[in-house]
Amino acid sequence: MSIFEYNGSAVVAMVGKNCFAIASDRRLGVQLQTIATDFQRVFKIHDKLYIGLSGLATDAQTLHQRLVFRHKLYQLREERDMKPQTFASLVSALLYEKRFGPYFCQPVIAGLGDDNEPFICTMDCLGAKELAKDFVVSGTSSESLYGACESMYKPNMEPEELFETISQALNSSVDRDCLAGWGGYVLIVTPTEVKEHVIKGRMD
Amino acid sequence: MTGSMDLPAKGGFSFELCRRNDMLEKKGLKLPGFRKTGTTIVGLVFQDGVVLGADTRATEGPIVADKNCEKIHFMAPNIYCCGAGTAADTEAVTDMVSSQLQLHRYATGRESRVVTALTLLKSHLFRYQGHVSAALVLGGVDCTGPHLHTVYPHGSTDTLPFATMGSGSLAAMSVFESKYKEGLTREEGIQLVAEAICAGIFNDLGSGSNVDVCVITKGKTEYLRNHQLPNPRTYVSSKGYSFTKGQTEVLSTKITQLKQTAEVAEGGDAMEE
Repeated sequence: MSIFEYNGSAVVAMVGKNCFAIASDRRLGVQLQTIATDFQRVFKIHDKLYIGLSGLATDAQTLHQRLVFRHKLYQLREERDMKPQTFASLVSALLYEKRFGPYFCQPVIAGLGDDNEPFICTMDCLGAKELAKDFVVSGTSSESLYGACESMYKPNMEPEELFETISQALNSSVDRDCLAGWGGYVLIVTPTEVKEHVIKGRMD
Repeated sequence: MTGSMDLPAKGGFSFELCRRNDMLEKKGLKLPGFRKTGTTIVGLVFQDGVVLGADTRATEGPIVADKNCEKIHFMAPNIYCCGAGTAADTEAVTDMVSSQLQLHRYATGRESRVVTALTLLKSHLFRYQGHVSAALVLGGVDCTGPHLHTVYPHGSTDTLPFATMGSGSLAAMSVFESKYKEGLTREEGIQLVAEAICAGIFNDLGSGSNVDVCVITKGKTEYLRNHQLPNPRTYVSSKGYSFTKGQTEVLSTKITQLKQTAEVAEGGDAMEE
């Protein structure tokens, strides 16, 4: 079994019209046994920047703590929030530093830039950035997610439609993955508000 | 263990997690595959300078992770570098050498030379004995003329009039070996590079999508991103999926209003004492 399949995870982010959505599953398992069904994989960095971490859960939590630490230092020095592109470079550098003994995490970063332009990107566990204009996926369900997003995604969706699309893509993909699922957590961010939804999924 | 968390690291690699990862491997958990750019990258020298070309597919095992990634990296205004191998390594090594060249330009006050970039790359890669898996095609034009080099992951280099690297290198080299001649014009050079990359795209499974080309001449560099798109997506469903509002079952919702940033009006009256 691969180290990435130890805990099981699914994270996806999509770009809409002046908004973005980031979603994850909620299962925490130890190989084939489920330990928790309310595990948090999407973390807030600041009001308009979120990071989803798939892969080994302990590395996801450690990496999240280190990134929050670095961002708080940045806020103290610069007296402002980090731009999403800058944050992506920070995550990439942090992961590449551990090139020969990596964190087993694949981050998905989603944020709104200064002009409220949505930004999404993903990286492999060494920090190779992949910027996308439509959607990014990560986790054990990534292959199903690629297929589902490729068919269901449309450009310039409004927040309500984006929510439906990303939830359907997530649910249909994790239903084909034994290691991810047990509900979903979807976050839609627009320039004025943040909506968090817990969605119902198959509990098997 | 507060020491490791206190300060941001000073740069370079950190081997903190190696012992833990070794232990996990011994317990039977396989290490993950990294994103590679199973690639076709090429370069050739023509009469006025250098043309570089690359495909745009990034793979993660057998799956295409990125259909339109950038493999031609900026090193200096007159030097560009194509990268094949582990994606994180090519990006990190070209970024690092690009910064070192910038500092060198500030220190010397002169345009960077291609051999400078070459030496910086080969010494870094040799130090890590091939573990930094980056195979590069480096090309540029400086005061001594046009140069084209290939750099292998272990640190060896070659200086050539035309070069190919990556999994599609044999397909591309076959095109070069049959059609290359000295003193090509700019149009002929771009045409030949595009043909070589297409050979890689259509015959090698690790390469695909579009053709990126970069033309470097004395005093001018043109980066033709997506110069050719031979693989358009033709199966788009006309209606697409449309989900009605309320189709997804929601268990709970939480809405947070974001604070709007306030504009400070300039030129207001100063407060009275």
